[in-house]
Amino acid sequence: MSTSETRSHSFDASSILRSTHDHNVPVEPCLRVENLNLYYGKKQALFGINMEMPKKKVTAFIGPSGCGKSTLLRCINRMNDLVDNVTIDGKILLHDDNIFDKSVNVAALRRRVGMVFQKPNPFPKSIFENVTYGLRIQGINDKRVLEETVENSLRGAALWDEVKDRLNDNALGLSGGQQQRLVIARAIAISPEVLLLDEPASALDPISTLKIEELINELKEKFTIVIVTHNMQQAARVSDYTAFMYMGELIEIGATSQLFTKPSKKQTEDYITGRYG
Amino acid sequence: MMKTWFKSGSPWIWLNAAAVSTCLIMVVGVLGLIVARGVGHFWASPIVSMSYQEDDGQIKTIIGEHVDTTVTPAAMAKSTGFKMAANEDVLIQYLIKTGNRDLTGSDFRWIQERNVKSQAEPADLIVVERREWGNFYGKLTAVKENDKVIAEGEKAWDVLQDRLKIALDLHEQIAHLEKKEIGAINYALEQLRLEQRGLELKNKWSAETATEFANRKAAYDVNYKKYQTELADLYQKVRRDSLIATTESGDELAIPLSKVVDIFQPNKMGLFAKVGHYVEKLSEFLSEDPREANTEGGIFPAIFGTIMMVIMMSIIVTPFGVIAAVYLREYAKQGFTTRLIRIAVNNLAGVPSIVYGVFGLGFFVYILGGSIDSIFFPEAAPAPVYGTPGLLWASITLALLTLPVVIVSTEEGLARVPKAIREGSLALGATKIETLWKTVLPMASPAMMTGLILAVARAAGEVAPLMLVGVVKLAPTLPLDGNYPFLHLDRKFMHLGFHIYDVGFQSPNVEAARPLVYATSLLLVLVIIGLNLAAILIRNHLREKYRALEG
Repeated sequence: MSTSETRSHSFDASSILRSTHDHNVPVEPCLRVENLNLYYGKKQALFGINMEMPKKKVTAFIGPSGCGKSTLLRCINRMNDLVDNVTIDGKILLHDDNIFDKSVNVAALRRRVGMVFQKPNPFPKSIFENVTYGLRIQGINDKRVLEETVENSLRGAALWDEVKDRLNDNALGLSGGQQQRLVIARAIAISPEVLLLDEPASALDPISTLKIEELINELKEKFTIVIVTHNMQQAARVSDYTAFMYMGELIEIGATSQLFTKPSKKQTEDYITGRYG
Repeated sequence: MMKTWFKSGSPWIWLNAAAVSTCLIMVVGVLGLIVARGVGHFWASPIVSMSYQEDDGQIKTIIGEHVDTTVTPAAMAKSTGFKMAANEDVLIQYLIKTGNRDLTGSDFRWIQERNVKSQAEPADLIVVERREWGNFYGKLTAVKENDKVIAEGEKAWDVLQDRLKIALDLHEQIAHLEKKEIGAINYALEQLRLEQRGLELKNKWSAETATEFANRKAAYDVNYKKYQTELADLYQKVRRDSLIATTESGDELAIPLSKVVDIFQPNKMGLFAKVGHYVEKLSEFLSEDPREANTEGGIFPAIFGTIMMVIMMSIIVTPFGVIAAVYLREYAKQGFTTRLIRIAVNNLAGVPSIVYGVFGLGFFVYILGGSIDSIFFPEAAPAPVYGTPGLLWASITLALLTLPVVIVSTEEGLARVPKAIREGSLALGATKIETLWKTVLPMASPAMMTGLILAVARAAGEVAPLMLVGVVKLAPTLPLDGNYPFLHLDRKFMHLGFHIYDVGFQSPNVEAARPLVYATSLLLVLVIIGLNLAAILIRNHLREKYRALEG
C-alpha cells in the first residue's frame, strides 16, 4: 500500500485538536503516530495511521471489534513485539523519540508507557508485592520508599481505604473491580508518563466501571491516558479526544464533544448512531 | 426393552463402576496381603512342645513355632508318597519353625498332624535370638560365668536377664569402637596412604615429608593401639558369661551371651508384654543392621540408602528438567526441531529401565567415572574411586530415567501460566528473564513438584538399573558418616527394592526370610508413600500460594 493511499484516510490531527480546543492554549502532544502500518504476517492490520495524543488528556479509541484499536494501543508500548510475525513500519514519537528506534530499550520504554489490560491480571502475590513489582524490578528495595509508593499508588488508584489493613493478603482475594484498580496502582507505581488502558472496564460490573471512570478523570491530571473502549458512552464520559477507527484505518479524530455531536465523516456518524458495529 | 436400557446409559455406568471397583480391590488386596504377612512377623507367637511319632515309630519331642498348616486331599497325598489309611480323607501337615540350625541343619520342619501324640505350651520354654545360626528354642537350665555355674533352675532366668543386659551393653560398646573409632582411624590411614601415593606420583616425596607422614601415622597408631587394648578388654568381658540350655532332644548346649541378641519366654508373656515385645522388635527392624546374610536383624541401611538415593536423584533431576523445559517452552523457536525433541523426550520415558542401567554402567561408571579416577584420583589406582558403581552413578542414572517426567510436567505448568500475567509483568518494564524468574517460574512450581512426585514414585521403586550401578547386598558403611567429607557419593549402598529380591530369592534360608520379604515390601511402600506425601504437601502449599487467575 502506497503512502498516498494511506494519506487519503488521514488528515492533520493536530490542527483539529487545536481548532476544537481553547484557541489560546496550544495542546502539547505527548505521543505522535506517523504513517504507522502494521502487518500480521502478510495481512495488514493497520493502515497509515497518523495522529497525536495530547499530554495529560484522555484520548479514546472507539470502533467496532477487530478494527485495530487494541493493536494500535499495543504498539505504543511495543507489546506487539511479543507476537510472532508482526512487522511494523512508520513511527510513534514519544516526546520526539521514535519508540521503534533500534537504540530504544523496550523495558525502559514500558516503564514510561504503562498499560492496563482488559481483564484484571494481578500477580498471585500479596497486594504489597503487586504494587512494588515494578520498583523491585528496577532494584529499589528500600522498605521506606516501597511503603510510601504503595500508599501513594493505592491512594492514586482509589483503593487505599479498602485494602490498607490487608496489604499482605493475596491480591487474588480482591474483587474484580478492586483487582483492576490494583493493576492501575501497580502501573502508576513506577510513575509512567503515559497510561494505556485496554478496555479497562469491560470485564467489570457497573459500579466498578463507574469507579474506574472516576479514577480516569483523576489520573489525567498526572498522566497522558489512552483508552480503548467498546462503550461509546464511556468514551463520551471520560475522554477529551476520541479517535474512531474502522477496518484498521483511522477515520476521524477530534474533541470528544465535537466527534459525538458533529462528526465530519459519514462512517463515524453511522457508527455512533448505531448503524453498524 | 434391552435397547432402552442400553440407551439409558446404565450399562456404561455399571461398566465404569466395575472397573473402578476392580482397581480398588486390587490395591486393597496388594496392601492387605503384604500388611497381613509382614506385620505378623514381629509378634511373639507361642512355642509348642509336641511329642511326635516319627515314621520309624520312635516318639520324639519337637519344640518350635507353628508357622503354617496345609491340608492335602488323600489322593494327592498318596501320589506324593504318603501312606494313607482307608478312613483318612485328608492329610494335615504343620510347618514348624524348630530353629537350632546349628544342631539339626535346618530351621523348619514339616510334620503330619496324625503323628502328633500330644502337645503343650510349657511356660518355661525360651527363645534365644542369636547373632549366628538363627533362633534357638529350648529350656534354660543354668547361667555360667567363666565355666562356673552361678545360677540354676528357677533363679537362672532373672540372673540371665541381668547378665544379658551387661553383655548387650558391652556389645554396643564394641560395635561403637570398631565402627566409629577404629573405622575413623582406618579411614584416616587410608587417606594418608593415598596422600603419600599422590605425592610420590608427583615426585614430591622427600625425606622431609616422609618423616612428617611417619609422625602422623605414629599418632594414629598410638590411638589405634589404645583402642585395640580397650577392645581386647571388652571382648574378654563379653565372653565371660554363657547360658546353658537343653534342646528338644535333651542335649545340653552352651550359648555364649556375646552371641545373643534377645531372650524371651513367649508362653509366659501376657498381651501387654507381647505388644511391648512387638514394638521393640519393630523398632529393631527399622533401626538396625541386617545379620546372617540379611535374613535376620534390621534393614536400616536399606531404608537409609533408598531415601538417600531418592533425595540425590531429586536434587539432580529437578534443575535439569526445569531448565530443559524452560528452554523448550520459553526460548526455543516452536517448530519441527522442537517437536522432534519433545517426541524424543517423551519416548525416553518408555525405554526399559534396565537399559538405563546398562547405559549408566557403560557411560557413567566406566567412561565418566574412569576418567574422573585417572584425572583426580591417580593415587588410588588400581583401586577405583568413582570408576565403580556407587551412589552418585545410581542417582544420576535414575535422574536420567525420570528426566522426561519432570520435563513434561514442567512444560505443562509453564504453558498454563496465563499470557495476561506475562504481559502484565512485561508491561511494568520487566525483561523476559525477570518475568520468568519473578512470576512465571513460581507459578509453574506446583507443576514442577508434580513432576518430581512422579519421578520420586518411579525412582524409589526401581531396582533393575540399580543392580548395575551401585546397589549391593550388604554395604559395610553408610554413604553418610562422620568422616570428612561426610557425604561419600562413591560408596555403594543398600536399597529396599533390591533387599526384597535378595532376601526373598538369593538368601540361603528363604523360608525363614519370607516374612521379612513382606515386611520389607510394606516398608518400601510406606517409604514411597511418605516421600510422595511430603512432595504433595509442598505442592499443595505452592498451589495455594500461586493459585492462577480463574479462567
